[in-house]
Amino acid sequence: MLRLERQPQDSRLMAWCSPLLAIALTLAAGALLFAVLGHKPLESLYEFFLGGVKDIYSVGELGVKVTPILLCAVGLVLCYRANVWNIGAEGQFIAGALCAGMAALAGLDIDTPWYAVVIMLAGMLGGMIWAGIAAWLKTHFACNEILTTIMLNYVAYNLLQYGVHGPLKDPQGFNFPESAMFNDNHLLPVILEGTRLHGGILIAAVAVIAVVLLLRYTHLGFKITVLGRDASAATFAGFGSKQLTWIVLLACGGLAGLAGAGEVDGPIGQLTPYISSGYGYAAIIVVFLGRQQPVGAVLASILLGLTYLGGETSQIKLGLPVSLTELFQGMLLFFLLACDLFIGYRLRWIPRVHPA
Amino acid sequence: MKLKLKQLLAGLGLMTCAVMAQAEEPLKVGFVYVGPVGDLGWSYEHDQGRQEMEKYFNGKVKTTYVENVPEGADAERVITQLAKDGNKVIFTTSFGFMNATYKVAKKFPNVIFEHATGYKRLPNMGTYVLRTYEGRYVSGVAAGMLTKSNTIGYIGAFPIPEVIRDIDAVYMGAKSVNPNVKLKIVWANTWYDPGKEADAANALMDQGVDVLIQHTDSPAPLIAAEKRGGVRAIGQASDMSKFAPNAHVYSVRDHWAPYYIKVVQSVMDGTYKPQDYWGGFHEDVLQLASINDNLPADVKQAINDTYAKIKSGELKPFTGPIKDNTGKEVVAAGHALTDEELAQVNWYVEGIDDKIPQ
Repeated sequence: MLRLERQPQDSRLMAWCSPLLAIALTLAAGALLFAVLGHKPLESLYEFFLGGVKDIYSVGELGVKVTPILLCAVGLVLCYRANVWNIGAEGQFIAGALCAGMAALAGLDIDTPWYAVVIMLAGMLGGMIWAGIAAWLKTHFACNEILTTIMLNYVAYNLLQYGVHGPLKDPQGFNFPESAMFNDNHLLPVILEGTRLHGGILIAAVAVIAVVLLLRYTHLGFKITVLGRDASAATFAGFGSKQLTWIVLLACGGLAGLAGAGEVDGPIGQLTPYISSGYGYAAIIVVFLGRQQPVGAVLASILLGLTYLGGETSQIKLGLPVSLTELFQGMLLFFLLACDLFIGYRLRWIPRVHPA
Repeated sequence: MKLKLKQLLAGLGLMTCAVMAQAEEPLKVGFVYVGPVGDLGWSYEHDQGRQEMEKYFNGKVKTTYVENVPEGADAERVITQLAKDGNKVIFTTSFGFMNATYKVAKKFPNVIFEHATGYKRLPNMGTYVLRTYEGRYVSGVAAGMLTKSNTIGYIGAFPIPEVIRDIDAVYMGAKSVNPNVKLKIVWANTWYDPGKEADAANALMDQGVDVLIQHTDSPAPLIAAEKRGGVRAIGQASDMSKFAPNAHVYSVRDHWAPYYIKVVQSVMDGTYKPQDYWGGFHEDVLQLASINDNLPADVKQAINDTYAKIKSGELKPFTGPIKDNTGKEVVAAGHALTDEELAQVNWYVEGIDDKIPQ
């Protein structure tokens, strides 16, 4: 019979193979699903995953979708490495967007494209303040950051609603809950002609490189990793765990805030009640899919971005329902969790022993 | 020479075939929905309109829709993809798609864009909106007659002009048949959220409300009213009678098909012009669905009479003199608000004891 047994050591090979296996299983299950729905499995899979990126515009759109998710995910990598369970990238994203929006609206008449820098910095600051609240609550009152960050998501969302329904509403907008459009001059520049791909992706790229270098080559990165692996060892070594908590949360808040600022000061161009379509939450999936590695997060966010775009193209080209996107994301996560079991465990065939 | 003529004829034949095939190629029409088509409210009725329109053109039109599109950065991509995919007419059916539609319309001057409930227009982009206040006025009349506690409840979505205007219409309708009527308003701050809508309904009923009118799209308030008993409720957007067989008065149904047919026909004929379209009972884009048999005869009569009067244009709800609830005259005697003025209503009529949230 088959038995599941604990391995003496986690399998490193399996840790890297598990996401690939999960993707393969998702594709297989997806093919089956398409077949059951009466579509040609291989063509449908192709349309779903690659139909959305056939031309330069679509590739740019993939970048637009990936940018905010990746920025949030890179920040979360730092937090989760340090065992700080920040579920609040969504709130930090919104706080960043809100502050960036306020800066943009305050400076509508300023006549220089460089004002975009001010807008982005305001967004970064907004995200840092939001994450800072959670850091303060954790370090001073030992509040569980999972609860505080998730609650702060709702607070940020409602602050945004208040803003666009109240003081930030477009005076010429017939009372509709939206801000005025930002000054076109202040929007992040488009870096690929004919697409909406904006400077935000460069910020995301810099963030990825910075976090890779930080974790691999610096003392601070080492301390973060030690804190995450064994908090008491970190304390023995004299690494201030409070200080590290502040650092990772502020870094994540800043990056998520930049993501929010990039959305409103890029493709959206104004404050509306719905600026995030769950980027902060999607980033959590991305971090786990990417093995809590910055480079893994890049690959995982591209994969997730493809499923979002694929959901749209398969509606347009194949007439399939939108729930398919969620189904694919759900399957991916499900198979990943299932495959992860085999990092620490293995199956063994034990022959049944018959009494003589 | 003979051979050449044959070839020529064959070539001509092929060409006519090609031309005919082109003529038979259906016109592609795209729709963008903010909710799932199964929401039984707003997006559901747009989808019903799409299906009815496609059926009407019997193979000459091929429609595509994308549902559950977030009103953030994604909308512009979805609209662009529909335009690139060869759709010649694209309906974007939520206010939050306005700026995205506007941006895409500028990039695709040969595609017609129609945006529901917005106010930005271009040579290839029109807007359309329902005179929902006509339905509300009838609802006010029905509610004013049905209420025993003289208290009507209104579940508001967001304090935008459309909703404010509808609240005014309800109150004026109710007041016309019941001088002692009071209106209580709760803001759900959502278009669709069954949980919040049920909470709002219960809060209103706890305050003595016995007729519920909702601007939100889910059947949750009707279900709550049915459960409570002794309370009446009016359905919104689609026919919601089956959710509250006893409590249901009628539903004000959005019926988009006539407008969708009109626009697509005008595009086929090459006569399309963007406009600020307002449609109501008269155009049959707004209907009263499933008037409940268990209503008292005089209420049924009043509902039908008021409906007929508004449909014929005899009754225009926003005709002066109208004062707002601070006592200021907002519509002069004898003047009926124009569509442009209706789009900017931001006052409660005299008698509504409440303030518009700012």
